[in-house]
Amino acid sequence: MSKYSLIKVKYMIKKDLVIIGGGPAGLCAAKMVAEANQSCMLIDRNQILGGQLIKQTHMFFGSEKQYAKTRGIDIAEKLVEDVKKYSDLIDIWEDTTVVGLYQDKVVTVLKNERYVKIQAKAIIIATGASEKVLAFENNDLPGIYGAGAVQTLMNVYGVKPGHKIVMVGSGNIGLIVSYQLMQAGVNVLSIIEASPKIGGYKVHASKVRRLGVNIETSCTIKKAIGHENVKKIETIKLDENWKEIEGTEKEYEVDAVCIAVGLTPLTNLLSMIGCQMKYVSELGGLVPIINENHETSIENIYVCGDASGIEEASSAIVEGYLAGLHACKKLGKFHPKNDELMNEYHQQLTNLRNGPFGEKIRIGLKKQGVCKDVS
Amino acid sequence: MLVKDGVATYEQVISRFPKQEFLVKPKAIIECYENIPCNPCSTSCPFDAITILEDINQLPKIDFDKCTGCGVCIYNCPGLAIMVCQIIGDKVRFKIPYEFLPYPNESETWHAINRKGEIIGDALIEKVMLTKRQDRTAVIQVLVDKENLYDFVTIRRKI
Repeated sequence: MSKYSLIKVKYMIKKDLVIIGGGPAGLCAAKMVAEANQSCMLIDRNQILGGQLIKQTHMFFGSEKQYAKTRGIDIAEKLVEDVKKYSDLIDIWEDTTVVGLYQDKVVTVLKNERYVKIQAKAIIIATGASEKVLAFENNDLPGIYGAGAVQTLMNVYGVKPGHKIVMVGSGNIGLIVSYQLMQAGVNVLSIIEASPKIGGYKVHASKVRRLGVNIETSCTIKKAIGHENVKKIETIKLDENWKEIEGTEKEYEVDAVCIAVGLTPLTNLLSMIGCQMKYVSELGGLVPIINENHETSIENIYVCGDASGIEEASSAIVEGYLAGLHACKKLGKFHPKNDELMNEYHQQLTNLRNGPFGEKIRIGLKKQGVCKDVS
Repeated sequence: MLVKDGVATYEQVISRFPKQEFLVKPKAIIECYENIPCNPCSTSCPFDAITILEDINQLPKIDFDKCTGCGVCIYNCPGLAIMVCQIIGDKVRFKIPYEFLPYPNESETWHAINRKGEIIGDALIEKVMLTKRQDRTAVIQVLVDKENLYDFVTIRRKI
């Protein structure tokens, strides 16, 4: 190691505010913070900012306030543009992985193979989510993908993940990725769903059904067959108690399987720093306990977006704005329209979570300790 | 059944159509059956014909007297759940959203497809519209037999 880099390693960078994660929540938090004339550092482990938005080619739901009817890829571009306008206030570190978070608010990162320490006064954690996996025989065969990987291959890199595929899971991700697979010319043989009802929006279900894809509810994957890669899968029907019904096995010849069975908050950093956590199944698993200001049990540690509970990207956007406003307010920097914006964003969140699809989220948030933004 | 296989029932479908005498002029058919948080159809309508109340989880309501069948809502609906239809003699002219390449060419004949993805007849391609405002959702104008009024939903290339 050269003398120069040794000096660099010892050096502790000081920042008032560090935002971890450059997806919709982190980007929107950074924007609010900069608008309040507060500087911050935005760290993301990917080479391109935007989180999952950069592979979402479909139009978003919600209201136009959260970029409804705009495609995810274009929302990413807009949000990144907003943040880059404030290059004097927002220090963006892309391709940088946070490897440690400590109670004295020291963030340690790996950047260009170098270990760097940052001392923060406040931290906003917007790390998003990871995909849930499904246990079945041979689930580690090549060709068995998570839906996120399929979307990345197709929509970021332009690579077809397979030719004949079965989708496991009919939530919005399963339905949307099926549609996008068909746009890419992949033959989607079936969408199977363990629950007796389709999980996602029915408009998405109707979109794939009219293209001729069968959606089979009360059905799960039993095993994958193949040596070097997946060649076939066997599915089986489930009864009302989710027990397998013998004799209902069905085989599909495939070269890929896509697993889309839900997301779980990415909370490792929150656990590491010692935030109080709680298991809330409605929010996707282990979540931090937060107050109505998006602050965790540790003062000045905030969380927003999927990391605090799985919801839609539209909610992550609004939560990001709110976490940003709260964090800089506590640091003594008021957004010129602070009160007006807070009311507006709280109203937007309540509105987004209001319908039948928001019911699970409303129950989850009450368990998590947030009583605001749900009616 | 919609919640089981993604196919709306006949009753659901016809509940979204006006009386046939309205369809001498083009009208939007909004197949939004579920309370989801979404409102671009309402905010994009240039004639204020589509209303979603304060709570964006409400279903859209369309006023067929105000609807001109202009088709702006077709490509603004993130769920691709809106089409425009007009009865012309023994035929129906539909405008539908379409997001697959290659696009059809005018005057080709494609399959007419129902909500289950089955072939129900022919669809004559009259127009392929794709302006910048449509943001990569093409609108295809087709002519199908009137008997397919409540069945037709999309098109598929003949192979």
